[in-house]
Amino acid sequence: MKRNLPLIVAFISGVVILVGGFIPRDPFPRIESTLIEWFMIISGFAILLGQASLLRMNVARVAEKAPNWQYYLAGLISFGLMLAFGLLWGMEKTPGLLGQGQGIVDKLGTKPFDYLFENAFIPLSATMFSLLAFYIASAAYRAFIIRTFESNLLMITAVIVMLGRTSFAPVLTGWIPDQLSWLRLPELTNFIMQYPNTAAQRAILISAALGIVGASLRIILGIERSYLGGGK
Amino acid sequence: MKMPERSVVERRIVFLLLVLAVALPILFPLGLKTQSTPLTEQVYGLVESLPEGVPVIISFDYDPSTITELQPMAEAVIEHAWKKGHKVIATAMWPQGPQMAEIAFKDVQARMERKDAAAKKHPYGEDYINLGYKPGGLVTIQGMGRSMKAIFPTDITGQKYDEIPLLKPVRTLKDIRYVISLSAGDPGLRDWIMTANGKFNVPVAGGTTAVSAPGFLPYVNDQKQLYGLMGGLKGAAEYELLLGYEGTASLGMNPQSVAHILILAFILFGNIRAWKKRKADRLALEAKNG
Amino acid sequence: MKSSLLGLLLLLLAFGLTGKTTEQQVFSVQDNPWDDGTSILIEWDLEAGADSLNLQRADSLGAFTLIFNEFAREGRFIDSSLSTGQEYSYRLIAYNQVRGDSLIYIGSARTKAQWFDMNKLSLLILLLLVCGAILYYIFSARRGKELFIRRIGGLDSMDEAIGRATEKGKPILFVPGISDLGDIQTIAALNILSHLAYKSAEYGTELLVPCRFSMVLSAARETVKEAYLKAGKPDAYREESVFYVTDDQFGFVAGVDGIMLREQPAANFFLGAFWAESLILTETGFGTGAIQTAGTGQPHQIPFFVVSCDYTLIGEELYAASAYISRDPQQLGSLKGHDFGKLLVILLVLFGVIMEIIGAGWFKKFFEGGS
Repeated sequence: MKRNLPLIVAFISGVVILVGGFIPRDPFPRIESTLIEWFMIISGFAILLGQASLLRMNVARVAEKAPNWQYYLAGLISFGLMLAFGLLWGMEKTPGLLGQGQGIVDKLGTKPFDYLFENAFIPLSATMFSLLAFYIASAAYRAFIIRTFESNLLMITAVIVMLGRTSFAPVLTGWIPDQLSWLRLPELTNFIMQYPNTAAQRAILISAALGIVGASLRIILGIERSYLGGGK
Repeated sequence: MKMPERSVVERRIVFLLLVLAVALPILFPLGLKTQSTPLTEQVYGLVESLPEGVPVIISFDYDPSTITELQPMAEAVIEHAWKKGHKVIATAMWPQGPQMAEIAFKDVQARMERKDAAAKKHPYGEDYINLGYKPGGLVTIQGMGRSMKAIFPTDITGQKYDEIPLLKPVRTLKDIRYVISLSAGDPGLRDWIMTANGKFNVPVAGGTTAVSAPGFLPYVNDQKQLYGLMGGLKGAAEYELLLGYEGTASLGMNPQSVAHILILAFILFGNIRAWKKRKADRLALEAKNG
Repeated sequence: MKSSLLGLLLLLLAFGLTGKTTEQQVFSVQDNPWDDGTSILIEWDLEAGADSLNLQRADSLGAFTLIFNEFAREGRFIDSSLSTGQEYSYRLIAYNQVRGDSLIYIGSARTKAQWFDMNKLSLLILLLLVCGAILYYIFSARRGKELFIRRIGGLDSMDEAIGRATEKGKPILFVPGISDLGDIQTIAALNILSHLAYKSAEYGTELLVPCRFSMVLSAARETVKEAYLKAGKPDAYREESVFYVTDDQFGFVAGVDGIMLREQPAANFFLGAFWAESLILTETGFGTGAIQTAGTGQPHQIPFFVVSCDYTLIGEELYAASAYISRDPQQLGSLKGHDFGKLLVILLVLFGVIMEIIGAGWFKKFFEGGS
């Protein structure tokens, strides 16, 4: 029963949503609305589950004095601080338990949560994403080597698109006459993005979509059970 | 793959050169101008085509990590919508989205006032509203198609849906004239396309990071699944150009352009090095074989 | 091939059933077709002189109120959120400011819910054909039919990667993507994790599985535990080897990068849904000298994986992995069904191109659906 009940639920909800997608008449819209509400409630609790798991793991590492336990403690302190500030004074226009916290806003210029968000969280997040630029540069230097005809073709396309997406593009090829405007870098870039790129993206999307249809069908029919954990 | 020691030094030189390539054009701007593309013009055209007073949604489906690319887009679109008199409803499929929205609204107000002290004010609740974050992605959008009030019973200040003047004509997503989703991943633009446009025929336009943009181009088609797309910092700079001002995106195109040229130089250098190595290996093999 | 042509024939027949012609009317009010009975479609085609309009709906007392006034000489408006089975009356006033007069059009209709959304007929037929093919091949495989699957390098290398990790005495890192359990890519990744965990248990190699979402964490723990049980090594399973990092995308990346630099795994597997952080993960892994296998259904991340990993599963190969590894006839049969779907799409695209060239637009219209 432990394994059969989830399979039955998956089958019924899958079939109902699938059929409801084609039949606009009652009761399918109402069933869909109900399932949407249930899904949103479960999603909300899933967030709580994640936070509880985070707390448990970090507390355990600090308690056991695991290697680098100080960083886990810093994580717990940050978590606690943001939670406390958010609960007590809220953020932006949202009030907290102590209202809009006018006193503290007068001192800091903004709510404590917003202060930490704008001065700590935003710069830290943006910095992590910015690392990508460095890794792209080192990967391009190391791996973008012309070895075959295909890589040659790729290189030419990459050069056109990389130059075409910069502010140098109009300067580099702006002198080309209007009759041959399609040779200008921005126009060439638009052509590459609109035709060969889109065709390839479409093909991968269609294949992936078919894979999703197959996997979803297997889940609905109970052939695929890995989401329950473990094998068949 | 094993990385030899020499590569570690080379990597650090690459990183240092990239830092310089990005920092120097910020300190000493080159004054380069960008050029708009049809994809961004389509988004602009969608906003431009609608009259005053129509309710629209701007969905902030990103977090601070992609603030450099998507926040300028958000500000440009908000400014355009306000200039056209559209009633902007901010929603978010990502938890940090509502804060990104508030920062954008604040910055646009401040910029409009700096340009013109007598500029029209845009009060909260009349010209814009922030409905906050809701989990669920695609499922949430489907719910919005049945009842906006059921999904967003209050806004972020706690005010009830029925008490907000701006939301009076908006019963379902079908009452919205367009959705612009600024999306850094999932849930995001794809869910809006599949549900808002696919199911409820609401026009959807989007802005994404540059790396994700090519993946959304198949949706820009005759059926108008996507009404144009702003891709990355360049897309934001193009929208600023169409609006007639030079914001953070336009200024950011200077270092981005120099960085692109530098990466091309790295690729060239890498290929020269690889070609020399292949030649040396071939000569060594020939010498060995006699 | 035969079944694909049969499918095409069915589609053409279906189009014949749905194709209809409409007469041009100046003002028409009708129940919005193929809906849940809560909307009415109003269409108009005004005379040349009209320059503004007011569209009004009558309430229960017969008083008209404005519902739409954006001018278009030829336009349509869908009045939604109405009650099913009710009669609604509309009045369109078309103004001619130059002449200083106006024309009034009146119409009414009753809302009605339909049993089937005919705009999605093409979708239903394609769905039935593809699902039918998948089920047919699954049942054929169950009856013992041999099904061929081509070699997928990335999956063949898994054993080599595990062996290398065992030799070096280093752990294996498996990241099941950064999406939640609702994403099919995550489920595909968990399938591969099951096989990997089984092999790790057999060789006695440590396995590290950082997770971004709590539901993925629960499923991954069950998967690994089950695999250790199947390998006959239930005592070797450690719950803390499958752990939660954080919900935040770049926080998760920072955490995993830290693990790679500290634990120095000999083999890294990045399988599932990845976004912008993919190159940060794989470049860091490359820096540690690990053998790396990656796979995702996100087309825009595949180039990053290709340049920094030893093996990459592209798009559908990720979903095929489960069938490839287990050689389960049912899963192989499902793969064959996907291939039928691809063949059908290719034929439809070719046929559609030909139809557009010869000017027969009905074929494309049938697949467009929508109002």
